[in-house]
Amino acid sequence: MRDLKASQAKPFLNPYVGGVLLGIVLFLAFFITGNGLGASGGLNRILIYVEKLIVPSHVDQTAYLANVGGGDKNPLLNWVVFLSVGVLVGGFLSGLLHKRLHLETNKGPNISNITRWGLAFLGGSIMGYGARFARGCTSGQALSGGAVLSVGSWAFMFAVFAGGYALAWFIRKTWN
Amino acid sequence: MAPFPIEQILGNFAYAVYFLIGVAFGAVLEMSGFAVSTKLAAQFYFKDMTVLKVMFTGIITAMVLIFLATGLGLLDYDLIWVNPTYLWPGIVGGLIMGLGFIIGGFCPGTSLVAVSTLKVDGFFFAVGSLFGIFLFGETVQIFTEFWNSSYLGRFTLPDWLGLPTGVVVFLLVLMALFMFWGGEQLEKIFGKRNLLKEPKARYAGAAAFVVLALAVMVIGQPTLEQKWQKVAGEKQPLLDNRDVFVHPGELQKLMFDDSQSKILIDVRDEADYNLFHLQDAVRCNRHDIDYKAHFIYDISPSTVIVLMSNNEQRAVECWKVLAALKIANVYILEGGINYWLDIFGENGDYHAELQPATGETMRHSFDAALGSRWPAAAPELENGETIKYTPKIKLQKVVRKQGGCG
Repeated sequence: MRDLKASQAKPFLNPYVGGVLLGIVLFLAFFITGNGLGASGGLNRILIYVEKLIVPSHVDQTAYLANVGGGDKNPLLNWVVFLSVGVLVGGFLSGLLHKRLHLETNKGPNISNITRWGLAFLGGSIMGYGARFARGCTSGQALSGGAVLSVGSWAFMFAVFAGGYALAWFIRKTWN
Repeated sequence: MAPFPIEQILGNFAYAVYFLIGVAFGAVLEMSGFAVSTKLAAQFYFKDMTVLKVMFTGIITAMVLIFLATGLGLLDYDLIWVNPTYLWPGIVGGLIMGLGFIIGGFCPGTSLVAVSTLKVDGFFFAVGSLFGIFLFGETVQIFTEFWNSSYLGRFTLPDWLGLPTGVVVFLLVLMALFMFWGGEQLEKIFGKRNLLKEPKARYAGAAAFVVLALAVMVIGQPTLEQKWQKVAGEKQPLLDNRDVFVHPGELQKLMFDDSQSKILIDVRDEADYNLFHLQDAVRCNRHDIDYKAHFIYDISPSTVIVLMSNNEQRAVECWKVLAALKIANVYILEGGINYWLDIFGENGDYHAELQPATGETMRHSFDAALGSRWPAAAPELENGETIKYTPKIKLQKVVRKQGGCG
């Protein structure tokens, strides 16, 4: 990446090597725990935990939220929450070791930081909505479900790429 | 045999295992460059196909290892989480996510890594994700019906294609290798990348995947019969001691017990089922019982399942299939529908003279195919109160894997 200012930052892994390592982590997750990986599930539970602090009655009365955090259920006491916190720590440690911890905004050359932040928020909102709609994100559905051959996960995965490619050309100015 | 019931073995320390898996996952994402949105977005302009390469290499690596392990009997596929298929909600959700991906530059997992490596755009994305998740929770009531539609249960590519698992694994490896080749050609054209400088070792890696996939194909996967043999030592005594045979009196009580969720599965032929069946009993061809199991995986583990045939023989066959697939709380109607009608069918529903009982045939004959509209299909509770029986149903609390998205 020539945009990377930090010259001392170590290069990224070859993608195939990164993929093999990712696959080994995913396999071990299934082998040891029977569960795959996940991320949006963790975010969902953290959010419901916060909602419960503010408006507990709303969580109890909305079926979708009550499944996770209704009554005396603690939404945080779930494996995927611990896994998500692990992802934060693992990312941080790797960034530290490879000298890639820089406060920075990555963006295309033709937009301002503010625009990039706004688009990141917008894209994140759409992504978060879609992830719950599809019952999982790239980690929980595509990677985990793909590796154990779920039909729905494979259909989902191709839909994600299709959605991205369909819009990419129209917003090419924001990235190029 | 893996997977291990770590929640039972380790208690709350099991969370530490998940934490460590998360650390490894986060580190791999970061090392692959997934904290950098421009690198992720470049995928959609064919300049840098890192996303495709990492994702599909990860999937085929895990897939090959998983099915080698299940083929060798080291890992039990029936106990691991397989995302249930809700086809159309999954596709629509995927399309929405694709739009969000190219607008925002991350996915939920990669945005976490971006946050922890101080990427400001990653922070805005993660906050946006939380907002999107919040919006979904508030709006899902509007389209619950669609969201729960096209449900196919634990439905896998081998089920769909009708091919052995090993063949599907091999084909997916070939597909991934073809996609990598295509991706590299696109990088050459759009990203001006010199492929001659790429490490030659990747050809050796590709060959290794083909060899491993061939090994998965040759080793194969355990058959239903082999799976039953594995659990027979533990499960056969339940049949021999008649611990799983539920007396009609107990089943009748269960049918009226609204606090207990249950599924009644009738495995007789369609003609018999049409003549008479219990209220709320669903019919399932006995040869499709393993297919039916795809849906049972997804129900609450505290649901009681009662199998029934005219006699017991066929229900026992099906019970063995469900036991082999590690489904808990499955029972058999004692004496089958014949015995049920002996007890509850004395209202002139059927001809008094009984047919001779030969194996799995119906002993009672009916004039009309009224199905569950006969009084005996759901006899009043008072009818059963004098019946003596030994209760057999003991709910076994099983912790099923719930997947990363709930």
